[in-house]
Amino acid sequence: MSALLAAGTTSTHEAVIFWILAPVAVLAALGLILVRSAVHAAVLLAVVMLSLAAFYTAEAAPFLAVVQVVVYTGAVLMLFLFVLMLIGVDTVDSLVETLRGQRVAAIVLGLGFAVLLVVALAGALGSFHTVGLDSAQGDKGNVVAIAELLFSRYVFAFEATSALLITAGLGAMVLAHRERIEPRRTQKELMQERVRRGGAALAPLPGPGVYADHDAIDTPALLPDGSVAVGSVPEHLEVSAARPRAEETAKELGR
Amino acid sequence: MSVDYYLYLSAILFTIGTVGVLTRRNAIVVFMCIELMLNATNLTLVTFSRMNGSLDGQIIAFFVMVVAAAEVVVGLAIIMSIFRARRSASVDDANLLKY
Repeated sequence: MSALLAAGTTSTHEAVIFWILAPVAVLAALGLILVRSAVHAAVLLAVVMLSLAAFYTAEAAPFLAVVQVVVYTGAVLMLFLFVLMLIGVDTVDSLVETLRGQRVAAIVLGLGFAVLLVVALAGALGSFHTVGLDSAQGDKGNVVAIAELLFSRYVFAFEATSALLITAGLGAMVLAHRERIEPRRTQKELMQERVRRGGAALAPLPGPGVYADHDAIDTPALLPDGSVAVGSVPEHLEVSAARPRAEETAKELGR
Repeated sequence: MSVDYYLYLSAILFTIGTVGVLTRRNAIVVFMCIELMLNATNLTLVTFSRMNGSLDGQIIAFFVMVVAAAEVVVGLAIIMSIFRARRSASVDDANLLKY
């Protein structure tokens, strides 16, 4: 097992994994910068991260693959989605360029950068002999070998990250905290304001279907004269076609 | 297949992330592109670790992940507080430090 995983040369399996997932990762990354909706971008980023996790397993780094799935795809990306929900999922990028020609310049620079990297890599790697991790981790396995290194040579850096994480947590709490600058309004004040405003119904809205022949949420309540109580069906719900008299109710609700 | 291809893939992903940071206007998407660049770097580190037969590359990739997690927490909190103050998450709108 470890001989297979820690091999210095690549097996056919690995080549298959690579040639399937590498195009997927590149396409998803391209999609990340091309799609307009931020939620779609987050999903595409998840695709890239998961394919990288697969590459880590192929590259004899099972520990990092698990950490990649748990920390990156699990925690970091979920945090992104939480903030997207807080900010509003329907925010799309404006297509107006603030600096003229910036987009074209960025793409040209990016292409140049890619060529530079690839040429430099090709020059540097020409005849590099891949050693493989066999000698480094012996027959202990990846996780034990990493733990031994982490808790001996890198133990100070490891302790420093705990301070970093605590600082980051505190910083996030301070930044996200909002001071209440006015006293909390009591239920009495809220009620008085509602009565003074008038107009709207003072009692809660009628529940759907309570006085009608069904109790489903898309069935409107009927008023004593048989007409439809408009406020009884939630605003974004369509009247189900499976209900009797669905068409006329929908017409009366104006949906 | 040669191990080098991982490095080329990582270079391409890093470039895509760079272009994304330069072109996108939504602060959250810019942040995601930074994460993409960090991920590409991690792939390079893991590949280097394998090529050189030493686990230090994997350890550094692990530390990069920890730092990225902390960075995401603080960055998203900053984006949220900017959004609260200005009702917008576009990087074009935060220009008070200009001039």
